[in-house]
Amino acid sequence: MKYHAKVEISLKKGMLNPEASTIQRALALLDYQVEDTSTMETIKFSLEAENPDVAQKQVVEMCERLLCNPVIHDYQIQINPAGD
Amino acid sequence: MKVGIIRFPGSNCDRDVFHALQLAGGHPDYVWWNQKDLSNFDGLVIPGGFSYGDYLRAGAIAAITPVIEGIKEVVNDGKPVLGICNGAQILAEVGLVPGVFTLNQKAQFICEWVELEVKTNRTPFTSLYQKNEIIKMPIAHAEGRYYTEYIDTLHDQDQIVLGFQGDNPNGSMEAITGVCDEDGLVCAVMPHPERASEPILGSDDGLKFFKGMINY
Repeated sequence: MKYHAKVEISLKKGMLNPEASTIQRALALLDYQVEDTSTMETIKFSLEAENPDVAQKQVVEMCERLLCNPVIHDYQIQINPAGD
Repeated sequence: MKVGIIRFPGSNCDRDVFHALQLAGGHPDYVWWNQKDLSNFDGLVIPGGFSYGDYLRAGAIAAITPVIEGIKEVVNDGKPVLGICNGAQILAEVGLVPGVFTLNQKAQFICEWVELEVKTNRTPFTSLYQKNEIIKMPIAHAEGRYYTEYIDTLHDQDQIVLGFQGDNPNGSMEAITGVCDEDGLVCAVMPHPERASEPILGSDDGLKFFKGMINY
């Protein structure tokens, strides 16, 4: 069965996020005063798997082996059947 | 000494390193990312550049290529391995040195000469320097801010190789910009010793990195 996978990769809590602080400063230049800016990376793909658990397990492996650096990143995975 | 220079798509300091290794009296040769057997080399250098366009994270994709198996075997054989800039990021991604080199504090690419303190001379690459010697080499990176969860271990095991002297341009933890593995044979540095390998470049302070490697 085919599943859509969505991986959201964010920095661990407390990690410095220079991209977010630059965006926040740029928004301030436009007179938007915002706080707690953060950024995350989203990676989407589809995969074949017997069931959602197997798909989930495979995507966790992908995160651990390539998509994330466990020293600095947290990740969240969404698995949905294709066609929904 | 026969030294392999690892080339990935996007490596761009390979020829500079080749030149510096020759200046130091070594016999360099190039190795591609898909070569697995590196057993004929006495040491390796992973040069700087932008392997795989820095996609995902600097060094992340190079870290899963076939040549990494060969590099690990060279490390197991007790031969010296130096990663410079992108090469340092790759060694950190592979986990051959502790920690990560991530986005600079000010989120900009920094290209400038810096003063550095040699924190240990127990690695082959720093063996010809005095401990605490101040040297001058250039940096050129966007992802060079060093971070580790195990800073105490690094101190205890003498794994900090280079530190910024004075300014900390990229916001690295404790101004660290070079680390090594427990044995001191795998060394990852963000500054470019090959760009400071003869006086015409502005400094030859970096040449001893390669001389020390070749003397090992």
